[in-house]
Amino acid sequence: MSNTFLGMPTLPVFGHGNLNATEKFPKAAHRELGDAQLRANLGHATHTIRDKRLKVVAELPDWEDMRDAGSAIKNATMARLPALLEQFEANFTARGGIIHWARDAQEANEIVTGLIRATGETEVVKVKSMATQEIGLNEYLEEQGIAAFETDLAELIVQLDHDKPSHILVPAIHKNRRQIREIFLREMADVDPALTDEPARLAEAARKHLRKKFLTAKVAVSGANFGLADTGTLTVVESEGNGRMCLTLPETLITVMGIEKLLPSFADLEVFMQLLPRSSTGERMNPYTSLWTGVTPGDGPQNVHLVLLDNGRSAALADEMGRTALNCIRCSACMNVCPVYERTGGHAYGSTYPGPIGAILSPLLTGIKSEENSSLPYASSLCGACYDACPVKINIPEILVHLRGEDVDSKRAKIKVPSQMDLMMKGAQWAFSDGAHLNLLEKGLPLGKLAAGRDKVIKKLPGIAAGWTQSRDIPAPPTQSFRQWWDKEHVAPAAVERSQDGSRNTEGEQA
Amino acid sequence: MSARDDVLNRIKSALRDSPAAPEIPRNYRLVSTMTAAQRLEQLVDRLVDYKANVFVVPAAEAPAKLAELLDGAASIVVPHGLPAEYLQLLKNDAGSPAVQVDSPERRLTVDELDAVDAVVTGAAVAVAETGTIMLDGSPSQGRRVISLVPDRHVCLLRAADIVEVLPEAIARLDPASPQTWISGPSATSDIELERVEGVHGPRTLDVLILS
Repeated sequence: MSNTFLGMPTLPVFGHGNLNATEKFPKAAHRELGDAQLRANLGHATHTIRDKRLKVVAELPDWEDMRDAGSAIKNATMARLPALLEQFEANFTARGGIIHWARDAQEANEIVTGLIRATGETEVVKVKSMATQEIGLNEYLEEQGIAAFETDLAELIVQLDHDKPSHILVPAIHKNRRQIREIFLREMADVDPALTDEPARLAEAARKHLRKKFLTAKVAVSGANFGLADTGTLTVVESEGNGRMCLTLPETLITVMGIEKLLPSFADLEVFMQLLPRSSTGERMNPYTSLWTGVTPGDGPQNVHLVLLDNGRSAALADEMGRTALNCIRCSACMNVCPVYERTGGHAYGSTYPGPIGAILSPLLTGIKSEENSSLPYASSLCGACYDACPVKINIPEILVHLRGEDVDSKRAKIKVPSQMDLMMKGAQWAFSDGAHLNLLEKGLPLGKLAAGRDKVIKKLPGIAAGWTQSRDIPAPPTQSFRQWWDKEHVAPAAVERSQDGSRNTEGEQA
Repeated sequence: MSARDDVLNRIKSALRDSPAAPEIPRNYRLVSTMTAAQRLEQLVDRLVDYKANVFVVPAAEAPAKLAELLDGAASIVVPHGLPAEYLQLLKNDAGSPAVQVDSPERRLTVDELDAVDAVVTGAAVAVAETGTIMLDGSPSQGRRVISLVPDRHVCLLRAADIVEVLPEAIARLDPASPQTWISGPSATSDIELERVEGVHGPRTLDVLILS
């Protein structure tokens, strides 16, 4: 809960929930890099989706115009966010929907629990949603004695395996068909024991497993891809029909949506419903999109709620350099092109939001001073592929660099004594300031051979340099430096020439 | 302070630098350049790509085509506003399927819908470029649930209702109506990104385009 006082300026309040890593990225990445199966699964998946995306994006002559429009619409939304939220609220409410506001994860979880309790139900079906993942709703509901069933195939796989999602669009991207078959056989009570690992058979098993749940569920929980301010409309974009099942069959529908997901007008969908499917799944359009505006008598849930979630978004908005991270429409194009994500996978990022967007969004939502998340802005090679792929042109590399600066500043403010890095830089300054200094240091090179031992590699450097050797070995240094080698190779022949030609000798001396 | 006021105040405070809302450059395509024949051809191509079954027939032949498609179906459901002429041949044939009409007066239960073999609906508009058919809950299309629970969806689309690009379709839709946009049958790509048609929604989508 926030500590806001009347008459005082409102300070940014950071978010909580599944936004924080439990360990620093380098440590987690090191562990994940050791999983060859994971790397193979990810390599296959990201390459497939990248190729598909490029193909369908190339089909549109006005793709860049659409990106420009999308980026501008989102910037305009953020600039006018308070007014647009109020407009959305008025329109949604006028059509019979009920809006709840949540300052943070805890408050959102309490609101959703209260709404479910009011229906008397102890089970809910869920449409895949990043916001509820972020606030840890499933875990919270379980503590409260309410069972939440994920209905998206990939979310179901992850939930059955008691695992965590590793990708915002394909949460089970890290699992291959054999692993998924094993999970189904182990965890689905009603599964056919002759199940093969054919994707079609696996999808069929999920259909059978969930069908009765859908047809009898009284309460559903969803996220929303877009909220349209001028009409009070909500949108869910999906493929399998599980979304449509949850959004139309139950009596009560509870949607949790971040306050940044608004678009000013219904017509703006014409831009975003072109940008999103092509960027995320590489399809011209996703199989199903549902739109609802409050309550429609006789059609769909008659008890319609929306929880508007802050949970650090206002704090991210306060960062003038970083606020465009809130423009994200969760398409996941950035993670599919990221060389770091492709090798470490999503779990290494800790947060609900992995990949390049997660590396900026998570620290913006929690604050860079949050210990583990402070390493996330470094989880990048700054190659810029994510910026090129982003449909709303979020300049992720620029924000990564900005957050690295914030991190260094916050640590410098904490530590008064010079850090190891400061001392190393001082040392380097001395060494490179004078040839004689460098010569002197190079005399110590053979010592490195001793440190390397018989296999001629150094596996571990001390202090801050240990970061370099965490995931690589350093070859032993040579027995002599380049300068020593040059002297040996070139001075001796010159001496021979000198004895034959006195004039060259003189030139040599002048040089 | 209420959570509402608290959140709104935080946002206002976060925007204390008063960022300007930029002009929106709308240089993308807003209207068609294709002929009606080209739009039809593109829509068919896209729908087939999504593994939908597509048939283009003159409107007068629609009842016959529908009867042919639904031969073997024991029961079908239709929304109350679907023009009855399409169903003539279904009704007249001996051994024809039982047609159940879903209307505001008589709403079919979920179990009843689960027991039928197919649903026949109209459509509001379709987008050729993306292969998308839009239903807006009007009487010829009915409630969202009737096109969801049956395993087969037969959709009647007038060729005149095909536009080329998404902005043209959005301009025709009423935001207040509950909408379902359909691009091919239910599908998933969650396992190794291999597309599989048919998960929870109708596993078969037949589109009858009336030229």
